[in-house]
Amino acid sequence: MILEARDVTKFYGDFCALAGVSLGVRDGEFVSIIGPNGAGKSTLINVLTGALRPTSGAVRFKERDIHGIGPVALTRLGMARSFQLVHIFPDLTVIETLQAAVVSRLGRGTRLLASLAGDREVQEAALEVAELFGLGGKRHVVARQLPQGDKKLLDVASAFALRPEIILLDEPTSGVSTADKTAIMETLVAASRRIGCRAIIQVEHDMDIVFGYSDRIIALHQGKVLADAPPAAIKADRHVVDTVIGRPRPAPHPTPPAAG
Amino acid sequence: MTGRVILALVTLAVLVLPLVAPAYYVLLMLPFMAYAVVLLGLNLLFGYAGLVSFGHALFIGIGAYTGAVLTTHTSVRSLEVILLAAAGLGAAAAMLVGALCVRYVKIYFGMLTLAFGMVFYTFLLKFYHWTGGDEGMRVLRPRLLGFALDAMPKVEYLAGPYYYYSLGVLAVATVVMWRIVHSPFGLCLRTVRDNPAKAEALGLGVTRYRWHAFVISGVYAAVGGALLGPPTGNVDPTLAYWTQSGNIVFMTLLGGFASFFGPVLGAFAFIFLQDTVMSVVPYWRLIFGAILAFIVIVAPGGLMGLFARGRPREVAAR
Repeated sequence: MILEARDVTKFYGDFCALAGVSLGVRDGEFVSIIGPNGAGKSTLINVLTGALRPTSGAVRFKERDIHGIGPVALTRLGMARSFQLVHIFPDLTVIETLQAAVVSRLGRGTRLLASLAGDREVQEAALEVAELFGLGGKRHVVARQLPQGDKKLLDVASAFALRPEIILLDEPTSGVSTADKTAIMETLVAASRRIGCRAIIQVEHDMDIVFGYSDRIIALHQGKVLADAPPAAIKADRHVVDTVIGRPRPAPHPTPPAAG
Repeated sequence: MTGRVILALVTLAVLVLPLVAPAYYVLLMLPFMAYAVVLLGLNLLFGYAGLVSFGHALFIGIGAYTGAVLTTHTSVRSLEVILLAAAGLGAAAAMLVGALCVRYVKIYFGMLTLAFGMVFYTFLLKFYHWTGGDEGMRVLRPRLLGFALDAMPKVEYLAGPYYYYSLGVLAVATVVMWRIVHSPFGLCLRTVRDNPAKAEALGLGVTRYRWHAFVISGVYAAVGGALLGPPTGNVDPTLAYWTQSGNIVFMTLLGGFASFFGPVLGAFAFIFLQDTVMSVVPYWRLIFGAILAFIVIVAPGGLMGLFARGRPREVAAR
């Protein structure tokens, strides 16, 4: 197990967001967390990334208790995340954003008088990630001016530039057109193989993506793990399909909505 | 390319200025160069880290009084020693004040820096025995690079050796700051300004970067402050008053905080504009208030922004 949550409970006042969640992620796995709105997915991600302290229970990353260690220390340990709502640096170019991630990974942020342009290792590593995510041609574009899909991609790419051992993606394809979703996922999986990322965890609403890419699916409902199984088993479980996924719409995909 | 040509021309102009210009204007360049050093530092905090300090007169005051105390109470006369001492004391004060301030942002950060500035101002004003109170202290003429120039007439000393010495300090300060903003540290600072939460997610400790920027800007302000004393031969608490902090923020806005040289241009414009306006009308603050309002509403990029207009924003934002 790289990442493990044991009996995690989280209360917001009287409201119970997570009620005894246990899960584990193994080497080489792609795990998706699904569930209806309010199932506790975001809380779970925040607990798994050490951003929220669980009311009880423990989260262990590489055999280390990580509750409350904060994002900076967690990054150093080898976990990276992207956000549901796009997080970018509006005034930085694509390549500068990736360079910042590489500088962070190499621990060179306090080099006050060194030349960034002259740092070959940073330059090359950032360019490599840009190419990997198909952003090479746009590397000098300021992030604010990128189309929505590319902003999302840049957010994810900067997390990959940290070369994490595990990466948590909070809705990596939200706000992206259906046509772009698959492209993003393909890029993402290829990139994780390339950098040697040991596991991916994603929260995702698009069931085509979830069933198409996951090794294992964890279904959350009312703060509890309803099911934790490979995609085929989840699909076969009527109870899970009814409560979490919902019945298929009358016409599944003739005209998909513009923004998923 | 045009940037390099302009820089070369400006360098040439300031080098020959004392040989061709009336002494009055040469002397006016002295406070400009001192403030330019201050502003290079202030803009690391303002333009690159996104924090507006209303208390940097504190560090100007520390620098200026360092020169006064050393020349009047000790046998130290060397300007190099004075500048180093000012830098050290500025750094020490900025480490302390910064540690308390950088946990806050926006108006809270601004108010906290203002508060510390007021404390120091009051100290200068009330501890008469040490600081001379509102009359301030004398600054004896410092030695430059080991040369005692006491026999030289004052104007000759200031418009000659002291001018070139200040220019040298400004040049070094500029080169160092240029390197800082183009270093990995400079990049990280801009991530912290743009999106602190994302910066943290990338493993960049936000408060640590802000603190570093604060300390560097404190050192610059103290060095600039130390250069302000010798031309007038006197320092007084108004150097550390909050209107002084306001003035340097104004200079930054006037020149344009989005560009590296903007604040330097702002200092230049401020000093010469103030001189011109004061000689025409007594109400120079009235005119300056109107200019400030105009900049904020019409030209938020400052003078540099006006020059850079028409170029794509990502270039102007550098």
